[in-house]
Amino acid sequence: MPTLVSHPEEVKIVSSRFGQGAAEIDRYIELGGYQSVRQAIEKGPEWIIAEMKASNLRGRGGAGFPTGMKWSFVPKQSEKPKYILVNGDESEPGTCKDHLIFLHDPHSVIEGCIIAGLAVGAKMGFIYLRGEYRYLLTIMEKAIADAYAIGFLGKGIFGSSFAFDIISQTGAGAYEVGEESALMESLEGKRGIPRIRPPFPAVVGLYGGPTVINNAETIASVPHVLRIGGEAYAKIGSERNGGTRLFCISGHAERNGVYELPMGYNLKKMIYEVAGGIRGGRKLKAVVPGGSSTPVLLPEEIDIGMDFDQVGKAGSMLGSGGVVVLDETVCMVEFALRTIKFYQHESCGWCIPCREGTDWLKKTLTRFHAGAGEARDIDNIRYLAENMMGRTFCPLGDAAAMPTIAFVKKFRQEFEDHLGGRPCPYAKHSINELVVA
Amino acid sequence: MTLTNIAVTPKTDATIFSPALAARFDKLVTLYPLRRSALIPMLLYAQDEIGHLSDAAIAEIAQRIQITVLDVRNVLTYYSMLRTRPVGKFNVQVCTNISCMLRGGQELFEHCEKRLGIGHKQTTPDGLFSLEEVECIGACSWAPAVQVNYDFHDNLTPESMDALLEQYRNNAGQAGQ
Repeated sequence: MPTLVSHPEEVKIVSSRFGQGAAEIDRYIELGGYQSVRQAIEKGPEWIIAEMKASNLRGRGGAGFPTGMKWSFVPKQSEKPKYILVNGDESEPGTCKDHLIFLHDPHSVIEGCIIAGLAVGAKMGFIYLRGEYRYLLTIMEKAIADAYAIGFLGKGIFGSSFAFDIISQTGAGAYEVGEESALMESLEGKRGIPRIRPPFPAVVGLYGGPTVINNAETIASVPHVLRIGGEAYAKIGSERNGGTRLFCISGHAERNGVYELPMGYNLKKMIYEVAGGIRGGRKLKAVVPGGSSTPVLLPEEIDIGMDFDQVGKAGSMLGSGGVVVLDETVCMVEFALRTIKFYQHESCGWCIPCREGTDWLKKTLTRFHAGAGEARDIDNIRYLAENMMGRTFCPLGDAAAMPTIAFVKKFRQEFEDHLGGRPCPYAKHSINELVVA
Repeated sequence: MTLTNIAVTPKTDATIFSPALAARFDKLVTLYPLRRSALIPMLLYAQDEIGHLSDAAIAEIAQRIQITVLDVRNVLTYYSMLRTRPVGKFNVQVCTNISCMLRGGQELFEHCEKRLGIGHKQTTPDGLFSLEEVECIGACSWAPAVQVNYDFHDNLTPESMDALLEQYRNNAGQAGQ
């Protein structure tokens, strides 16, 4: 079972019930669970959406779109049924937060899903977990069955006229399915290939009906927003970035783990104080701030607040909350190669710039790292990546291109050090020394 | 292309699955607004029971959902966890993606290769272990991580990996007696 961490700087909201046995419905209720949905039924859809808008809660999957606004785009009247879709296909390398939510607090996802249903007038929700999370599906299915048994799901929730059903299932191994439209395709029993937009899911989504699709952490935050109150929740975070978020620290930090910190929390402080600095007292080389698709930051660039706007201003993205810490022993060419190898593997092949671009980048970087690189390759890698940007149906092409461009731009010297048939000058065994210790 | 690949086979009561799984499938196809939505869960559960997606399993799932075999194959080839060939009793999946790589995931994979004497997507002659290098499995803060079938194992070292493999080997031995 994954180890839980704690630090005094944390503000535990979404993670407040972690390690408390809240996967059991009685314990969840004892800890204040299902109060927000009761309140939501009493006060109605307009109140819910107003609170959500006031909360400045922004999508935790990575795009950072304001949740309340997303919900308000769903048409009130619709001939086709509306749906709530919880995206728990957590697959962005560096990200393991939803893992903990499903493990420790599955009812918060169910409760958030019901509230979203109330807000937009949907009667059915889907909780889609990645295929690897089978043991978490078992936990989620039990939680759903318990909620039905107690009357929190199904017809006449809390004696109201509101009915809501939830189905949970897993995928079967595909990063691409974490993209909202590909996820809908997968739920419809098809290959996970993205759809063209517009129309957006809020208008034409799952089974052609208006659909709200939110990340699992976003949905798990919803009951807390209503409990705390939209305005008060907004105040916990930074400007236009309400609340807290789960930051997954991995790589070479001294104390890796998932920490819940207010939006806008300083990245440098997060690494050096909360996560205890760099393992073995080594020097920091780089930080990937929000999952593998976000452009790398140099040590001198990390004195920034971790919210969507500030990280964006620093030339990267807050992304999915996966903070990957790299110390001085890492070969950046090798790291770039491993990153692109992933995107090449996961490209669904639908759009040519992504399918061919990731493949050629992988080929070039493999050759380059092996010592057979040429000087012109360096600019070619960047040129290739730049030409993938914005030319695909879904963001996977950008997700592969953005970090690649940043690696070349910020670590050009390391690329040049690989030239002239020399073996990789950054001794690989030094990474191992740390691991075995 | 045979006819069974492109035509929908009429429904029958015959099944290759256990009665419990057949009953589960009967329910699953009625659960969703669209029958076909049950496809991916059905493929997974069928694979869990049989070990892989055999021609017979694919044919029965196609017939249960009322789509063609070709349709089913078209979908299953997309998903990396679905397989049409058998694997070992214990499928050892070592993550080598960035967070695991930084904590020795690649070395752990190479260690497994040596220890088991097999490479990526190969199976030991006794059919006990298969090995696979996989992409991120969502255990980044507890890297390096490995999944054996559906079970997660975190913070591994070559030494603890050996102990883990030994444990699985012993479990298999006991189960066989």
